[in-house]
Amino acid sequence: MSIMQEVDLLKRIPLFANIETSKLKLLAFTSERLKFRAGDIVCEQNEMGDSAYIIMDGEADVLVSTGGTPFRVATLRRNDFVGEIAILCDVPRTATVRAKTDLVTLRITKDLFFRLITEFPQMAVEIMRVLALRLEKTTKDASRAEQRVRELEALQAPSAPKTGA
Amino acid sequence: MQKSIFGFVWHFSKKEQIYILFLTVVSFPILYYSLELPKTIVNKAIGGTDFPQSILGISLDQIEYLFILCGAFLALVLINGAFKWYINVYRGKLGERMLRRLRYELYLRVLLFRLPRFKRMSQGEIIPMITSEVEPLGGFVGDAYALPAFQGGTLLTYIVFIFMQDPILGAAAISLYPLQAYVIPKLQWHVNQLGKRRVRTMRELADRIGETVSGTQEIHAHDTSAYHLADYSHRLGTIYQIRFEIYNRKFFIKFLNNFINQITPFFFYSIGGYLVIKGSLSFGALVAVLAAYKDLSGPWRELLNFYQITEDARIKYDQVVEQFQPPDIQPAEQLVQDNPIEGPLPRELSFSNVTYTEEGSVPAIESLTLSLPLDRHVAVINGGGAGRDELLMLMARLLVPTSGRIRLGEHDLTALPESLTGRAFAYVGQSPFMYSSSLRANLYYGLKHRPVVQPTYSPEEETARKRRIFEAMASGNTIDDVNADWVDYAAAGASSPEELSARSAEVLALVEIAEDVYRFGLNGSIDPAADTEVAGKVLHARQATRARLNGAGDDSALVELFDADRYNTSASVAENLLFGTPVGGTFAPDTMACHPYVLSVLDKVGLVDEFVRIGTELAETMIEMFAGLPPGHEFFEQFSFISSDDLPDFQPIVTKMRKEGAASLRPDDRARLMSLPFKLVVSRHRLDLVDDGVRERILQARQVFAADLPESLRGAVEFFDVERYNSAATIQDNILFGKVRYGQAGSQERVQALIAEVVDELELRTAIVEVGLDMSAGIAGSRLNSVQQQKLGLARALLKAPDVLILNEATARLDGPAQQRLADGIRARMKGRGLIWSPHRPGMARDFDEVIVVRDGKVAERGTFEELQGRTGGVLKSLLDGE
Repeated sequence: MSIMQEVDLLKRIPLFANIETSKLKLLAFTSERLKFRAGDIVCEQNEMGDSAYIIMDGEADVLVSTGGTPFRVATLRRNDFVGEIAILCDVPRTATVRAKTDLVTLRITKDLFFRLITEFPQMAVEIMRVLALRLEKTTKDASRAEQRVRELEALQAPSAPKTGA
Repeated sequence: MQKSIFGFVWHFSKKEQIYILFLTVVSFPILYYSLELPKTIVNKAIGGTDFPQSILGISLDQIEYLFILCGAFLALVLINGAFKWYINVYRGKLGERMLRRLRYELYLRVLLFRLPRFKRMSQGEIIPMITSEVEPLGGFVGDAYALPAFQGGTLLTYIVFIFMQDPILGAAAISLYPLQAYVIPKLQWHVNQLGKRRVRTMRELADRIGETVSGTQEIHAHDTSAYHLADYSHRLGTIYQIRFEIYNRKFFIKFLNNFINQITPFFFYSIGGYLVIKGSLSFGALVAVLAAYKDLSGPWRELLNFYQITEDARIKYDQVVEQFQPPDIQPAEQLVQDNPIEGPLPRELSFSNVTYTEEGSVPAIESLTLSLPLDRHVAVINGGGAGRDELLMLMARLLVPTSGRIRLGEHDLTALPESLTGRAFAYVGQSPFMYSSSLRANLYYGLKHRPVVQPTYSPEEETARKRRIFEAMASGNTIDDVNADWVDYAAAGASSPEELSARSAEVLALVEIAEDVYRFGLNGSIDPAADTEVAGKVLHARQATRARLNGAGDDSALVELFDADRYNTSASVAENLLFGTPVGGTFAPDTMACHPYVLSVLDKVGLVDEFVRIGTELAETMIEMFAGLPPGHEFFEQFSFISSDDLPDFQPIVTKMRKEGAASLRPDDRARLMSLPFKLVVSRHRLDLVDDGVRERILQARQVFAADLPESLRGAVEFFDVERYNSAATIQDNILFGKVRYGQAGSQERVQALIAEVVDELELRTAIVEVGLDMSAGIAGSRLNSVQQQKLGLARALLKAPDVLILNEATARLDGPAQQRLADGIRARMKGRGLIWSPHRPGMARDFDEVIVVRDGKVAERGTFEELQGRTGGVLKSLLDGE
């Protein structure tokens, strides 16, 4: 795959949709194309990260572990962007990403990412927009989840005496 | 050391000085005759009438007589010259020997200084003293006695001559000498004082420069260079003032001297003239006296000059020696005496009433009485305040008590020679010093006490060595041979270099630096001619690696192997073309694009136009991507093929190329475009510029390059050959014989693991570690990080298998678990022997036989860890609680 093909792929990612071709070319040129074999770990939950990944080909599982066995919360596909939270806010990885199939990614280092953002403000605005959309979705999800918890509690409360002992 | 330079010179070169004096006296008659003979030639041979003359019974006519005398004159001139030559060489030799002796003596003193001395005396002061300050003394030594004797003798002869002519004139000639002899030293005294100040200020300046070099990091971290410049300028100003003052006074003395010297003829003309007119002195005698006086001024000036030189030398000597005569210095015997204790080392180190104070400060250790077993493991915990470092250093005899006594069994530790304390004991502090030699030399350093095996010399070398020994003895230097094998294998429990290697490997593994050294070795290189066995094994490893990489397994995608018939997409165009390792700079990646031979090869295979085309496209891409960035942006350096300064130049070149074709370009511009593709790595840059056709032709170029390479360039490249060890490449590159592919996650780690596997299978690790040990540690160990330095310092101490190991936070830079692992390993190795360890964290004292808590120079607590841990209000308990 050449840089031009990568640029075509990048254009299809909403985050980069409005950015000029020459800038995307620069992004692709300065980033490393990194392949993972199925089963390889792309990034590990709770470890500090130094890069984000754009998935160019293949699928990856996002796994979250809260003490016990990890469970899958999402599957990433072509054009998905992953790992940006850790490099944006300097927090440990919030989830593990594991290659489900053979995976081709474009690895954007933290340095590069920040330089691109400072160099090309339109990219920063675009990222803000995407993150805001995601936040809105998360908020909706959260309120729905809360709703559901409350419903479950309501269901459980009357039956408590029965289980007794 | 002798108090004055004359004492020093006389004490060490009595015989030589007398010999020079003797030579000087012997040379007088010859000198005299060589001055006398011309007179005879003129008066008797040329102007004479009394012929034939007879010499030794042979009668000679005038011409014969003239030539005989001229021949004799020539002979005398020759003898006189030869005499001077011989005396000068002899004086020079003597001076050099004395200088050597002095420098040796001073260096020996540095070795004998007690440690605290170095808190007051920096290397910036010591170095110029031993090197440049004493340098002029060498020249002085040869003259010290001979010159005043010679010039004094000459002077006396002339004076006697003048007195013989006329006592009054004689008195007039020397009448001002007493005045000169009185006034000049008075004036000179001021110059001497200034000279002393100059030397001191110069030393301080040297010290500042030394400080600047050592503290460079701080200077830049705190933006203090202006301050340093001001300080430096101030000091230079002081030196300028001193020197200017010296010049003023020196030249005034000179003026006065000249004036006085010229005033004497005034007396001759006036008094002598008066006497001649009155008829009490003959005219001829006055002329003779005037001539004699002219000759008189020569030696007199020499003597005055010598006086100044002497004063200069005296001050220099005094000032240097003063610095090297501290009141407290180790006796020199302690460095050379043999170990007086036969059999096993006593098992107890006892302090009785020991106080240790450094000049002008409060006692670090006060009236300490303590007995330490030397067959158990004791932890010394710092409970606060001073005293812990001093205590440990007293134990290692690196410091000596100000009062009180430390005994090793029955022996006074302070009096024992270093052949005992430096071998049976080992002390490692927080920052062990690394020498600028190989890691191996640093590791074996603790075993180099005396020359063990004399080197074998060829007959010529043997003669040269004997001459060296003779000279060393003549200057009172040591005659130990630095080229001998100094490594004491037996001390490390080994009987051969191989066994010592095995011991080293154990120790390196124990301090967990073996893996680092193995990595250094992988990145090191060997000479396959000298090390055929290792080279052979590396080639085996290469085959084994190739077999795996070529196999069907997961690893096959990791490395793109070098293959003479295939284009390597993980390597640059330059590397593909060269297909070898550049030796020296001729074909280095940055320069080869401009090399005429490379260009001629490209021309032969018809690649020139292609390279111009690819270069143009590359330039266009670079302009497109990077033009929007501000100049000097770091991306240029990291990623661009064209620097930010050059980028604007390329725009017109590319435009011209596009419009008018390659033929229209200036040769310079063509060359610039052509140089761009050399750096292109197909799989990394992914620019699709090197298609199959071009690759095919680069392969052709590769063959042409090798086939047509002129003899003169053969040495500039070592070609890849799967059957041959490449001496220009590292061991790792030799094993891999290919390029790690770009873009495979974790490929570096996997390749390392693969190499490690192969290396272990072929039992090559030891050999690679040996190569790693050959790596230079850099200036003061700068190529090692601080953790590695600490580990190597520990390994050095462990390798010499000491009876007592004293560690002062010697693992402090390691992480917690590593410290614990090392502690366990070291304790197991030192089982049954003495281990005194002041750990970085008090918790590490847990398993020790005994714990001593030191606080404010006193033993605050002593007992087992369990006892002290539970003691309410105890120091250790509070330390542990705080951890």
